[in-house]
Amino acid sequence: MSDIGKMVAQRLGLGLLTLFVVSLIIFLGVELLPGDIAQEILGQAATEETVAAFRRELGLNLPPHERYIAWLVNLLQGDFGKSLANKREISELLDVRLWNTLFLAAVAAVISVPLALTLGILAALYRNSIFDRAVNIMTLSSISFPEFFVAYILILFLAVNLGVFPSISNISEELSFGERVYRCILPALTLTLVVVAHMMRMTRAAIINLLASPYIEMARLKGLKPGRIIVKHALPNALAPIINVVAINLAYLVVGVVIVEVVFVYPGLGQLLVDSVSKRDIPVVQACSLVFAMTYILLNLLADVLSILSNPRLLHPR
Amino acid sequence: MNAEAKTTAKTDGQSDVILTMRGLRIEGYADEVWHEIVHGVDVTLRRGEVLGLIGESGAGKSTIGLAAMGFARDGCRISGGQIIFDGIDLTKASDDELRALRGSRIAYVAQSAAAAFNPAHRLIDQYCEAPVQHGIMPRSEAEADAKDLYGRLQLPDPDGIGFRYPHQVSGGQLQRAMTAMAMACRPDLIVFDEPTTALDVTTQIEVLAAIKNIVQQFDTAALYITHDLAVVSQMADRIMVLRYGNLVEEGETRPIVEDPQKDYTRDLLAVRTFRKPPVDEPEGDIPLLRVENVTAAYGKVPVLSGVSMDIHEKRTVAVVGESGSGKSTTARVITGLLPPSEGRVLYEGQALDPTYRKRSKDELRRLQMIYQMPDTAINPRQRVRDIIGRPLEFYLAIRGEEKEARVRQLLQMIELDPDDFIDRHPGELSGGQKQRICIARALAAEPELIICDEVTSALDQLVAEEILKLLQRLQDDLGLAYMFITHDLATVKAIADEIVVMLAGEVVEQGPKQEILTPPHHEYTELLLSSVPEMDPDWLDRVLEDRAAAI
Amino acid sequence: MTMAVAGSAFAGQSSPWVSRIAVAAVHFFVIVLFLGSVQTNTWAAILGFLAIHAYSVAVLVYWSRMARSAAGDTVIVALTVEYLLICVLFWELFSLWAWSTFFGLVLVQICAFAMVRYWRELRHAPPTAWFGMVVILIYVMIAATAPIIAPFGETEIVASEYEPWGGKFLMGTDNLGRDTLTRIIYGARNTVGFAFVTTVLAFVLGGFAGLLAATLRGWVDQALGRLVDILMAIPSLIFALLILTVVGTSIMSLVVVIAVLDSTRVFRLARAVAMNVVVLEFVEAANLRGEGLWWIIRREILPNVMPPLVAEFGLRFCFVFLFISALSFLGLGIQPPTADWGSMVRDNATLISFAAGDFQLALTPLVPAAAIALLTVGVNFVVDWFLHKASGLKE
Repeated sequence: MSDIGKMVAQRLGLGLLTLFVVSLIIFLGVELLPGDIAQEILGQAATEETVAAFRRELGLNLPPHERYIAWLVNLLQGDFGKSLANKREISELLDVRLWNTLFLAAVAAVISVPLALTLGILAALYRNSIFDRAVNIMTLSSISFPEFFVAYILILFLAVNLGVFPSISNISEELSFGERVYRCILPALTLTLVVVAHMMRMTRAAIINLLASPYIEMARLKGLKPGRIIVKHALPNALAPIINVVAINLAYLVVGVVIVEVVFVYPGLGQLLVDSVSKRDIPVVQACSLVFAMTYILLNLLADVLSILSNPRLLHPR
Repeated sequence: MNAEAKTTAKTDGQSDVILTMRGLRIEGYADEVWHEIVHGVDVTLRRGEVLGLIGESGAGKSTIGLAAMGFARDGCRISGGQIIFDGIDLTKASDDELRALRGSRIAYVAQSAAAAFNPAHRLIDQYCEAPVQHGIMPRSEAEADAKDLYGRLQLPDPDGIGFRYPHQVSGGQLQRAMTAMAMACRPDLIVFDEPTTALDVTTQIEVLAAIKNIVQQFDTAALYITHDLAVVSQMADRIMVLRYGNLVEEGETRPIVEDPQKDYTRDLLAVRTFRKPPVDEPEGDIPLLRVENVTAAYGKVPVLSGVSMDIHEKRTVAVVGESGSGKSTTARVITGLLPPSEGRVLYEGQALDPTYRKRSKDELRRLQMIYQMPDTAINPRQRVRDIIGRPLEFYLAIRGEEKEARVRQLLQMIELDPDDFIDRHPGELSGGQKQRICIARALAAEPELIICDEVTSALDQLVAEEILKLLQRLQDDLGLAYMFITHDLATVKAIADEIVVMLAGEVVEQGPKQEILTPPHHEYTELLLSSVPEMDPDWLDRVLEDRAAAI
Repeated sequence: MTMAVAGSAFAGQSSPWVSRIAVAAVHFFVIVLFLGSVQTNTWAAILGFLAIHAYSVAVLVYWSRMARSAAGDTVIVALTVEYLLICVLFWELFSLWAWSTFFGLVLVQICAFAMVRYWRELRHAPPTAWFGMVVILIYVMIAATAPIIAPFGETEIVASEYEPWGGKFLMGTDNLGRDTLTRIIYGARNTVGFAFVTTVLAFVLGGFAGLLAATLRGWVDQALGRLVDILMAIPSLIFALLILTVVGTSIMSLVVVIAVLDSTRVFRLARAVAMNVVVLEFVEAANLRGEGLWWIIRREILPNVMPPLVAEFGLRFCFVFLFISALSFLGLGIQPPTADWGSMVRDNATLISFAAGDFQLALTPLVPAAAIALLTVGVNFVVDWFLHKASGLKE
């Protein structure tokens, strides 16, 4: 027990450390910007006084480490600073959009995870059959498609030609839950198509890898039914890899929404990030990056901890 | 209920034969073609009889064993013949019929119990699975039965051991637990697939005794598959000798062992009779290599404590011990891969640097090493020419035609035809040939001492014998000294001048071969010596009696 | 017995002579062309001639050493045709001679040689893998000869915007009135080229670091490992966006940033496979022999980790390719007026909404997207087959 506790604690500590380093990188990345941010944002026409005033407003006259500490302390209190473009509080901007993004990712996850796991297990069971080959070719292709291609194909057929779903998913808080799901069904489908392939292939590989092990042969030689072999003998040992696959793809869902959000003009975090990047609105870019990185790290951390917890050798030490 | 069915079957006057295989053919899939690997073998097994299947690797013995359950591994298929188990033709049976037989009436004991137990479940859960799933007995009954069987198989704490997970139990115990699991439904037939191959000799004897005992108690028929004739002669009533998927010879155990009819069987029997002629006492005071009071550890785990030994010029020192005894670690210390925490290694009286990185090229050259696994000891992407040529170029600066000539000469020394072999890749060589290339690579450096780390363990017995003879010839011709690390006492008897016996990182006994091999022995040496199976069908019973008497 | 030997000797000899004669003929043809174009630009013509001369000598030398098969001759014919293309380029479009074209042709040549060399295995390749290989070859050909086959100039405005398909403009024109087909052809060169260069860079960086970490172990491994852990903790798209905001979106920074981010994945894989090799006894034997680090990496480890790394190269290429396209699609990748598939989709995306009645409208943005998809599908099919083969060989 102490062993496993130690390992989990270690991972959690490492995760925290990574978060810290990532915040440092995001901060420093901007610090290393060649030239003067204030000058660059205001343009060549600005007078020296306005630039100096702007620098003071940004806090650029302070040494970097002080600014970093101040930034971090503010972050921990939920204060991300103000947008350069429209002077609004960044936390305000983030609030609604983060939930929108998570909502979209959740809808996609609800569709894709069960689908991918079922397909993966079936493909592993009937490997080298026609079904397996067809699924293999289909998934290989859909992995290869750029997201915007899938998105536009879906728009072309389901929105423009058939008119079943809206091609632009503008959701707002007033809409009912059902209406929101309906409006974001196309972006969610796009994400599903992209993610399912990867998840399904990895599930299949994990299970096939396991089916070759001597204890599965032993189970077959004990005359057990195929279903029981999969459920009782293969699955408990395949948990760790499957958890990993799911977590990686969930993380991908949250991060991968950027392009889909742009295509469908979905009011999420990714859209905000891309807009801010083209406007060079640096505080917003920093904030968005940090939120994305945090989600990504936390999901990976969760996967790590869960796969430790599902290892029988660690759960039952000598 | 099962037992009842069995008795009725017997009283019905059904035949005495439980399993017949007629003209069994099995094919394996390789290089996109099906190759036949078993060419029409006939097997007959009577109720309660133990039949030994013996052969070297590639003989098809495991494949035949699995076929007895109507099972073929992925990439194999049963392509012809009949497999009749108690009147049912397994080649024609449906999946459901086969499933009903497997585990309940035919059971299997795998080679590596550690891999064949599911790491996610406790031993007793895996035990109960077959009887409960086949509907033979309820879980509670099965559990009680398991504890009873664990006891009969002399497992420690039979009531509690089942509630442990596989990784919490030692290898020898796992193998017995697996035998118990196979017994769970009191099958008519058990297939034992090399059950003791992965075990140390002292553990092997316990497992052998347990298996023999339980098979006799329940009068179960068994197929006992192994490559070791001495082991099988303890276990089997009848023996079939196989080679390349064909039957060589078949007969009752005692006649086969005492008066074999075929040359191949005779070769197998003679395999442990090679003896090195005795040599003179070493001359001179300074040994070629001296290990002085070496203590070493991997991280914080101590593996060697106060090990000392001498190796004299032109002599063979055999270091013998079971896994974990520190014999290979001693070699790592000598070669400089593992710097010792205490003690030192002297070469001709001069201390060698503890790590190989700081040793001179000449020091490295004089001390060469040959490994256990020839498959991984030579780079599969290099040709024989480059493998043997590199030391010539590196140490002796021999290049061009001179190098080519020398490589050819070395190939001749290891009895391989230079024209045929010089351009081959390791993938085009057999295990024995690869080991010869390793020897040639070591010889190319013109060393004085060669460390042989279990060089024959991964090879078939006949091939191993040839390698030993080759090494001996090279020693006579070139005046090499060998440090011979092995767990196999037969090898020690064959090739050693001096013996060092190791146990748990310490030297328990060392001296000239005659002295160590003649009584009185050290207690552990005695245990080790008496555990080596002999080609005598009565050996196991005799040793067990002796040991019982001693207590 | 004797007959069989004689027969095989004959069969073995005929084929190199065919190829030699073919190359010699082409060589002769080039000399004639050279004499014809001498007055255009003498120095450049002489340089070009020398290059082609050296090249054909190299081809001859290599051919005489290669194992041959019936398929070899087929490929050689294909090679000759391709060789002719160089000549046409050299002759007619002298001003468009560019290093990228030369590089592309070398790539075609390498593909052809690989096909001859591995014909035995290729013959058993499944249809999907063949499909992939053909697709890749076509793309490489198009990329290599873009200036020759494109009907218009890369950034030339040739008509009004959104001209329909057919007629003079086979695929119509784009939002600025440039010919779509031309842009697609040049896009092959730009998008594929940048992705390729980026992947190569990522492999040089990550592969070398990975092998080094596995071989040296100790603190080098620890330091590199931690660095990579941190870099991988940030999702790469986000990281790339962040850095590109800071350093600006020039081609140079794009290539370097993506290569560095991607090299972390290559590092992980290279280190993992090399670790499996490093623990084998033949590496230990080389160490004990006293071999140097460079020798061990190059001669003992590298040849044994090539198959997984080659497969990974294919997968990484797909990833980088999609990644660059995605960035371009967001308007943050390859910048206009350079033709690029991702930005072409973005520029013409509005057409899709009007495609309800007229399906063809939607094609203008969808064709570049499909071009991206087709290449990645092709590469993935080939890699899939390659991996299947590599794992099959292990058993």
